[in-house]
Amino acid sequence: MSGSLADLSAMLRIRHFEDAVRDLFTRDLVRGSTHLCQGQEAVPVGVCGELAPGDTMTCTYRGHGAVLAMGSPLDRCFGEILGRAGGVCGGRGGSMHLTDASVGALGSNAVVGAQLPIAVGAALAAQHLGTGAVTVTFLGDGATNIGAFHESVNLAAIWRLPVVFVIENNQYGEYSPLATTTPVARLADRAASYGIPGVFVDGNDVGAVRAVAATAVARARAGDGPTLVEADTYRQQGHSRSDPATYRPPGELERWLARDPVTLLADRLTEQGAATPAELDAVRERARAEVSQALERALSWPMPHPDTRLEGVYA
Amino acid sequence: MNYRQVIARAIGDEMAADDRVILLGEDVAAAGGAFKTTVGLLERFGPQRVRDTPISEQAIVGAALGAALMGLRPVAEIMFADFAGVCFDQLANQLAKYRYMSGGQFRVPVTIRMANGAGAGFAAQHSQPAENWLLNVPGLKIAVPATVADLYGLLRTAIRDDNPVVVFEHKNLFAVKGEVGPDAALVPLGVADVVRRGGDLTVVATQQMRHRAVEAAGRLAADGVEATVIDPRTLVPFDDETVVASLTETSRLLVVQEGPAGGSWGASLVARIAQDHFDLLDAPPVLVASDDTPVPYAGPLEDAWLPTVDRIVDQAHRQLAY
Ligand SMILES: Cc1ncc(C[n+]2csc(CCOP(=O)(O)OP(=O)(O)O)c2C)c(N)n1
Ligand SMILES: [Mg+2]
Repeated sequence: MSGSLADLSAMLRIRHFEDAVRDLFTRDLVRGSTHLCQGQEAVPVGVCGELAPGDTMTCTYRGHGAVLAMGSPLDRCFGEILGRAGGVCGGRGGSMHLTDASVGALGSNAVVGAQLPIAVGAALAAQHLGTGAVTVTFLGDGATNIGAFHESVNLAAIWRLPVVFVIENNQYGEYSPLATTTPVARLADRAASYGIPGVFVDGNDVGAVRAVAATAVARARAGDGPTLVEADTYRQQGHSRSDPATYRPPGELERWLARDPVTLLADRLTEQGAATPAELDAVRERARAEVSQALERALSWPMPHPDTRLEGVYA
Repeated sequence: MNYRQVIARAIGDEMAADDRVILLGEDVAAAGGAFKTTVGLLERFGPQRVRDTPISEQAIVGAALGAALMGLRPVAEIMFADFAGVCFDQLANQLAKYRYMSGGQFRVPVTIRMANGAGAGFAAQHSQPAENWLLNVPGLKIAVPATVADLYGLLRTAIRDDNPVVVFEHKNLFAVKGEVGPDAALVPLGVADVVRRGGDLTVVATQQMRHRAVEAAGRLAADGVEATVIDPRTLVPFDDETVVASLTETSRLLVVQEGPAGGSWGASLVARIAQDHFDLLDAPPVLVASDDTPVPYAGPLEDAWLPTVDRIVDQAHRQLAY
């Protein structure tokens, strides 16, 4: 499987979205912190691209890309990060909690690993109700060391639940390189202790991600249980807003930038003759315009009124 | 029918009424529960709806939450309330906040049941009343039934509620007997039970302490003191109104709580009454609580940790003498 022009467009929308969020933070236009996913776009685009309507997804605080890849609108995601009443969560969640149930994005979680049990539950409901839906959950490499990971993969395996665990191995957990926290080099190997398939894939190659995701999703949908996917990728920005990422060894970022997922796909589409340079330019231009127009709209929306602050605690 | 047996009855009635209700937890299915509180449910509803889980409290609570987001109404069991500690994130950060953080996109109809409380010699990691841990977490509702009818009615109401409700089942009350007729009433959340009426003093107590408060009231009556005993039955929401209405007659408040005072429902109640209804009071409101120690093991130590009928009677006399 190879990526398409549509994948390129989806990845560029995420790339520009994240660049814009970074810009908003540097200009102090938004509060708190944010965790960007530039360099990792091929993973959510490739995985969510293999989902069907009705499928669901949970992800992490580094989840803007995943929520957008599910189809959540750019403006309402910007709106949430800007804390606007028109944001996907009405300004209750912010950058780390983008949630859009209308597209199956069941929640971005700021507690490492906590989104996994919830995904398992969504998959349990799908199995129980016989909806045929599949749930995908994204996690970081560092999250494979937290208890909720073990409990969730184990439970999903024992109940053969329709869930796909996708590790975005971006080589770091905060400031710690993987090897300093994790005794196995291949995180996909961890699947063995749950008796499920573990698959390693080049996470910067959207076509390869799609191929692996297609198999895992089909397996889940057929009732054959979960798969653990490890997508090898790289976080081009620091961990969060405040991290200049000075701990990177010299040359590392450059090596990964040379394998940037967006560039890789654009080059491949050109080589294969699947798109002309003019078509690529048009896609690039459209993505840029869509993102900047969405941001304009979101910036024009009002903040939530303080009188509404008690709403939504209880149903 | 006793307090232990009525649990399966309540869950079974809700499962029969609504096929979105499922039960999950460690040994709840084939074994009928570590406390035999879920006996017969597997046989009646089958392994799809009554599920034994691995020993994975985070996954149990999180899976209940995720399933609720997708339309089920899960009832999850945490075997001992102390083990809320190992899934506190899923309770306090996930279950409680999911609706709010998403801007109200979801209903979260999850019931979490836990065996609660001291008095049976289980020692510090299997005995603590854990309801106060969750008191400071907006988004959860908390039920603390003391009788067979209340446990039945509150559990059913909890399962029907569209919010997460944590139901504490007190281990030391399992043998308490009561009647639950074929069309027994549901008990609403947030409505206290006035167990006994008297004009001299208002005693507020839950679970095991409610029974001790009633016993103490009997002894006080022999001394010519008439106490009102109120069991709030749920801590969130809390029925202040019933307490305040009683205080307009008695002007004296005595709260009895199993568990240390710090950050507790008893301390909060005393604070609210002192702050908002000071003018009603003829004596300082008092909280009789447990010592600030883990629950001790040895019989005499554990007995001393739990507020006794003697302490309640003694404190009541002191308040009347104030
Ligand atoms: C339970 C928990 N512990 C610690 C943190 C602080 N923290 C936030 S992100 C992070 C690193 C996670 O690394 P990884 O799972 O690889 O995800 P990445 O950020 O690289 O996407 C840590 C330690 C947290 N949010 N939750
Ligand atoms: Mg990482």
